[in-house]
Amino acid sequence: MSTLLQVKNLKTHFFSKNKVLPVVDGVDFEVKKGETLAIVGESGSGKSITSLSIMGLVPKPGGKTVDGEIIFDGTDLLQLSENEMFKVRGNEIAMIFQEPMTSLNPVLTIGEQITEVLIYHKKMSKKEARQKAVELLKIVGFARAEEILDDYPHRLSGGMRQRVMIAMAMSCDPKLLIADEPTTALDVTVQAQILELMKELSEKFDSSIILITHDLGVVAELADRVIVMYGGQVVEETGIVELFDNPLHPYSKGLLGSVPKLDEEKERLSSIGGNVPSPDNFPKGCRFVTRCEHAMEKCLTEQPELKEIYPGRKSRCFLHDEGGNE
Amino acid sequence: MGKSEAQLQNNQNPKLNDVQSLGEKRSLLSIIVAKFLQNKLAVFGLIMLAIIVGSALLAPWIAPHDPDFQNLRNRLAAPSAEFLLGTDHLGRDIFSRLLFGGRVSLFVGFVAMVGAVTIGTTVGALAGYFGGLVDAFLMRLVDIIISFPNIFLLITLVAVLEPSLDKLIMVFAFLSWTGTARLVRGEFLTLKKREFVLAARTIGMSNMKIIFGQILPSAMGPVIVAATLAVGGFILAESALSFLGLGVQPPTSTWGNMLTYSQSVTIFRTAWWYPTFPGVMILLTVLSFNFVGDGLRDALDPRVIEK
Repeated sequence: MSTLLQVKNLKTHFFSKNKVLPVVDGVDFEVKKGETLAIVGESGSGKSITSLSIMGLVPKPGGKTVDGEIIFDGTDLLQLSENEMFKVRGNEIAMIFQEPMTSLNPVLTIGEQITEVLIYHKKMSKKEARQKAVELLKIVGFARAEEILDDYPHRLSGGMRQRVMIAMAMSCDPKLLIADEPTTALDVTVQAQILELMKELSEKFDSSIILITHDLGVVAELADRVIVMYGGQVVEETGIVELFDNPLHPYSKGLLGSVPKLDEEKERLSSIGGNVPSPDNFPKGCRFVTRCEHAMEKCLTEQPELKEIYPGRKSRCFLHDEGGNE
Repeated sequence: MGKSEAQLQNNQNPKLNDVQSLGEKRSLLSIIVAKFLQNKLAVFGLIMLAIIVGSALLAPWIAPHDPDFQNLRNRLAAPSAEFLLGTDHLGRDIFSRLLFGGRVSLFVGFVAMVGAVTIGTTVGALAGYFGGLVDAFLMRLVDIIISFPNIFLLITLVAVLEPSLDKLIMVFAFLSWTGTARLVRGEFLTLKKREFVLAARTIGMSNMKIIFGQILPSAMGPVIVAATLAVGGFILAESALSFLGLGVQPPTSTWGNMLTYSQSVTIFRTAWWYPTFPGVMILLTVLSFNFVGDGLRDALDPRVIEK
């Protein structure tokens, strides 16, 4: 499989009057063609900003991608001008969001919103775009697609809106779909449908997906590989089966430990004590040191490197150096 | 791929087909109209406006007399069958002059409103959307214009430019877009942070398309209300200037300059109808615009629509 997207040493910082917040601090990963990569982490770990950096839509004022390369299909997106990025967004890389309730424009009909993308990127006529929109809505599971076209978003349920968002995202056959917690705001039953839909569409359109989530159930459902982020850095990169069978980094272990399992009787779920450190006072050494039960002297002063521990599996922890990976 | 398509068809959730279950199908417009009609004062204002605007438009056919025809033997005649609302100090029919004056007053109000709202909306949208330096510059400009006492600036400008209808309208539009600009900027400041704007950017929409195609439609409600209220304001301003003799020049009649000539105590005491009727027309028109504006404000309030 060839590589579609390669992110190298991505650093997106936020600048305020007297502080620099390294929200994304040296992130490396790659996405292969047709693969689904999950980015997992707690709130504040930098996963959403990583995805916005790829789109070139880091919140302004304040945010700026200061270093790194984002090589998409052979071109470095960070070198492109704003006008060139307009052609990439929506056309080559599309994105769907957590809140389907607010990510559709309340005063425009569904049809107007879908056809706009097609008219803009594919230079279709209004009529062609409308036909294509009907087709897309049928693909995402609306039987009466023509009627939906003239409806306003407030008449659709959350799951239906998310389907519309997916139809919009897929309208230009993007090579990469970034889904930022696509199911968080939905009912559990609808979640399963949406995940199923995304899986089928990515196969059908042969597009890669970056799935951003903190829901490990969603990861297990959809992803091929996983990167775990903590404090703006990648702490573990691994295949999906390996993550669940044998997580390498103490943080990944903690994350998995906090997921309830059906075949286990437990009074309390284990949790990771404390919070994600805020970017303005990251620990000097390992970012996870304040919450790690294996923390050592060394962890306080030195930052571990992201190292390949097994083929295709990387982790950022000193424990692996000791040779003792439990 | 044929297989997955078949799967998709099977996967369809019956709930999705049942759009009607989410409530009776009503367009946004019909909801707004229904809500507007519930407001009695607004409906009254709308009817009054329809009559006033209609009679102004049809003035040449309705007016019983030539509005500029003087008959000095009939000076200050009381209302009668021939002169419905009496005559003025030059023996001209007040009813006819009111009809033709309404054309000018309403024309000034509408055109100045369109100008002011266009400038104000554009400036406010750019300032609110781009923020930063653009915002600072444009809003300081607004502050500067607002800090001048309006009536004196109007008088000065009109005096320098020589009073005429088109200059009057330009001066009004140029001095009055500031309120709309602040309003629209405020709307944009909150709307641009909404997720649908980010979503629009992720599909590669340009800034201008987002400003005018995505955000502006959401911000139009308050703008329409402000525009309606502004028309009343411009009619008042025109009347005030005409009253001071700096507005529309005779013999063209406007409601304002009709009041100018009724200032003298003799007329006040002997011919009550001369100052009364233009005054009543201004009052009714401005009041109606305000009622309609209030009604629109309620009808367009999205919080009530979403309910």
